[in-house]
Amino acid sequence: MLNWLFPNVVWERAWEKTNETLYMTGVSLIFIFLIGLGLGLLLFLTSKGNLWENRLINTLIASVVNIFRSIPFVILIVLLLPFTKLIIGKIIGEEAALPALIIGTAPFYARMVEIGLREIDKGVIEAAKAMGAKTSTIIWKVLLPESMPAIISGLTVTAIALVGYTAIAGVIGAGGLGDYAYLDGFSRNKNDVTFFATISILMIVFIIQALGDYIVKKIDKR
Amino acid sequence: MITVQNVTKIFQTKTGPVTAVDNVSLEIQEGEIFGVIGYSGAGKSTLIRMFNGLEKPTTGRINVFGKDLTKIKESELRKTRQEIGMIFQHFNLLWSRNVRENISFPLEVAKVPKEERKKRVDELIRLVGLEGKEENYPSQLSGGQKQRVGIARALANNPKLLLCDEATSALDPETTDSILDLLMEINQKLGLTIIMITHEMHVIRKICHRVAVMEDGKIVESGPVLEVFKSPKQPITKRFVRQVTEKEDTQEAINQLLEKYPSGKIVRLSFIGEAAEQPIISKLIKQSQATINIIQGNISQTRLGAYGNLYLHIKGKEEEICEAIRFLKGEQVEVEVIEHA
Repeated sequence: MLNWLFPNVVWERAWEKTNETLYMTGVSLIFIFLIGLGLGLLLFLTSKGNLWENRLINTLIASVVNIFRSIPFVILIVLLLPFTKLIIGKIIGEEAALPALIIGTAPFYARMVEIGLREIDKGVIEAAKAMGAKTSTIIWKVLLPESMPAIISGLTVTAIALVGYTAIAGVIGAGGLGDYAYLDGFSRNKNDVTFFATISILMIVFIIQALGDYIVKKIDKR
Repeated sequence: MITVQNVTKIFQTKTGPVTAVDNVSLEIQEGEIFGVIGYSGAGKSTLIRMFNGLEKPTTGRINVFGKDLTKIKESELRKTRQEIGMIFQHFNLLWSRNVRENISFPLEVAKVPKEERKKRVDELIRLVGLEGKEENYPSQLSGGQKQRVGIARALANNPKLLLCDEATSALDPETTDSILDLLMEINQKLGLTIIMITHEMHVIRKICHRVAVMEDGKIVESGPVLEVFKSPKQPITKRFVRQVTEKEDTQEAINQLLEKYPSGKIVRLSFIGEAAEQPIISKLIKQSQATINIIQGNISQTRLGAYGNLYLHIKGKEEEICEAIRFLKGEQVEVEVIEHA
């Protein structure tokens, strides 16, 4: 049945390409989570009326975030080529896609984290201060747990955008399902391969969305 | 034990400086419940936040437990805050923690070992009457229950002072009373000093020993609650006192009576403490030739005695009315003849 639907799909290769996409998405997502969380916290804490209110640092981070969020991803990959070469040692392959994926997406996630943190009731932070809590305690025991649903749902949205970016990166040499759809499928006129790659990406996206929704539902006690 | 000296707080806003607290001085005794009443915007929220250093005064000094909060280091301020509990109008519980974990939070901040924490949380849950709700999340609790969690949390580190920021303003009257009873019980049982701000005179009347009335950042009147009830001096204080001693439609009813009986006189008697228990009316009716008609009356209990109001309509000949009023003035009551308002 599958062979009849997708006559040109070689299963080992399809599996390999899917794994490349999962690898790029997974590894960069870990970095994006850490960097985005850090930047999001800094954006929140240094904003007006907050614990580390600092206009200069806030403006600085906000500008960097906005700039990297605005550069179209294809252009960002090209711009980052020298940097990629420097830290990864090559400009082709899944690893070479990571710097661009992380730098292109972390600022987007940082903004989502910041929005999540802003939604925390100021009174709760005040209550923690009134108990004599240090800023680090407030971050770990108030800010992060109270914004966890937003942090997770933001990560879900980011991960889905990321899958899309890996496909773009794939077309210009990073491998993965994007590469599979374009090189093996489109350029060799094997439409069933393109179609198969599309379905695989959709399935990855649906699984990420379902997983994200499930976790948010589990942890949200509001 | 807590003194506030000439404290002023000025906020810089876009439209210019705003004086939230204006040269306030107060002294609060150990073990008392001290109320600050005022309408919103009077500066009472800013004032109460200075007792634990959440707001720093622009000028003036605040001394709590012998420490000058305006001078101590940040780390010492945090230590001091662990000796000061605070409860809030909107409870400010962490939704991500259940009742037990919420109450445990200040103990974690104070680095109490886990075993001890559990024991203390159990005690507190019993104290505030939340047995059986330990594993519930705030979203599953009623307003009154949430405030009980707030109180338990505020008491976790055995504070010497409890700050109540409009703690009952988001609750219905019945729940308000149960929370006030709990606060009164804690005050008596633990000898805890309580400072509370509110806009409800009912709260002051029910549990406070002393009260300060705040308007435009200034304390315009202060003293023992019964004194303030007996003879409110400022117009704003009179308004607050009327909140609990007079029904809203009293003035209307009196106006109608004045129109209906232009011959008679309407007097208001104010009873305080002992006098509230004397049979004055009975004596008046026996002695006087005038007809005495009771229009409306009420009595409210403060912590230090009863306070009541009685409206009488006195009809009869001019001299009989004067005689009756003279008699009343001779008794231990305050008499006020009401004219058309």
